[in-house]
Amino acid sequence: MDKTINQKAWFLVLPVFAVVAFSAILPLMTVVNYSMQDTFGNNQFFWNGVGWFKELLDPSTDLGSRFLASLGRNLLFSAIILAIEVPLGIVVALSMPREGWTVAVCLVILALPLLIPWNVVGTIWQIFGRPDIGLLGYTLNSLGFDYNYVSNEFDAWATVIVMDVWHWTSLVALLCYAGLKSIPDAYYQAAQIDGASRWAVFKAIQLPKMNRVLLIAVLLRFMDSFMIYTEPFVVTGGGPGNSTTFVSIELVKIALGQFDLGKAAALSLVYNLIILIVCWVFYTVMTNAGVERPAKQGGA
Amino acid sequence: MEHIAWMAWTLPTAIFFVMLALTLGVMTWLAAAYPEAERIGVLRIPTTRGDRLFISLVLAAVIHLLWIAFVGTDPIATLPIGEEGVEISSLWLATLISLVSAVAIFRTV
Repeated sequence: MDKTINQKAWFLVLPVFAVVAFSAILPLMTVVNYSMQDTFGNNQFFWNGVGWFKELLDPSTDLGSRFLASLGRNLLFSAIILAIEVPLGIVVALSMPREGWTVAVCLVILALPLLIPWNVVGTIWQIFGRPDIGLLGYTLNSLGFDYNYVSNEFDAWATVIVMDVWHWTSLVALLCYAGLKSIPDAYYQAAQIDGASRWAVFKAIQLPKMNRVLLIAVLLRFMDSFMIYTEPFVVTGGGPGNSTTFVSIELVKIALGQFDLGKAAALSLVYNLIILIVCWVFYTVMTNAGVERPAKQGGA
Repeated sequence: MEHIAWMAWTLPTAIFFVMLALTLGVMTWLAAAYPEAERIGVLRIPTTRGDRLFISLVLAAVIHLLWIAFVGTDPIATLPIGEEGVEISSLWLATLISLVSAVAIFRTV
């Protein structure tokens, strides 16, 4: 840890930096500029200071209430799908075959939903769930359930959540499977000699060994679900009412629907900051997990 | 200037970005001229100067947003410049807190 690091190699990424400047940094600067101003189009802007941020963070205003409500819905959505997908993914990974030709079959089947584009997944479920022609919607209604994702909030949420679970549990399962495959046989043999139960093997060997891939899975699924746009937009369009309007859907409504560039810019900067912080925390935890360090090491 | 009109530049945001660019420039020069070792501070994670700058900047953004949300931006003083004077927003206190916390982060994290 005391070795100095020569950072000069970073200069080699300068060409990439130039490309990123045009594709990301200049647009981001523009967003910052927009967030401080108001416009009615025609490249005419009026200085508004931190006014949009004030509105955005004040629940008593229209913008603030919409932002905080959609943020709450988004966090609830992420929490629910993580609570379902992570345990389910582990169970799927544990029940997959370890060797033989069935491994390839399982992997291909699991990978299929991951290969389908978001809007197609949305369209599939949009039709699948329709009470008049959709297999799921029609069957549920025939069985006596009053299922309609267009008019019922609970049904809309259930549809969006089940769709996400269908689309992304495979990712968690595949990551966990990779983690499980990396456990040497010696561990299982030792457990067998000790007469460990199935649960003890899971708790003492498999779960700790899956630790890092699970962290990656949680990070990926959290970020993806926190930024979700296409699937709920295609299926429910954010409705009924605003019940499935997540932050990105709200953002697009404000930016492109109402053409409130200032409000949308302020919202996207705060949104961006939340994502940046969560990413950094996850990344830091991930890269430092399991690193052995001497107990005491003072600052330089 | 017509071709960058869509970027909607203003003097305050331009000053902000110039200062940010200067900070990054100085940090880049420091990293090249005086290579450093990572160290472990109060967060128990290895950090370089760049990491500490990143944490300081993100924390500054959070402090300013929290200040806007919970304290507001009422003027606290008026500088005797021009005919009506220039009002100083209380948000500058958040900037002050951010600077102090940045110093603390660079020393302890």
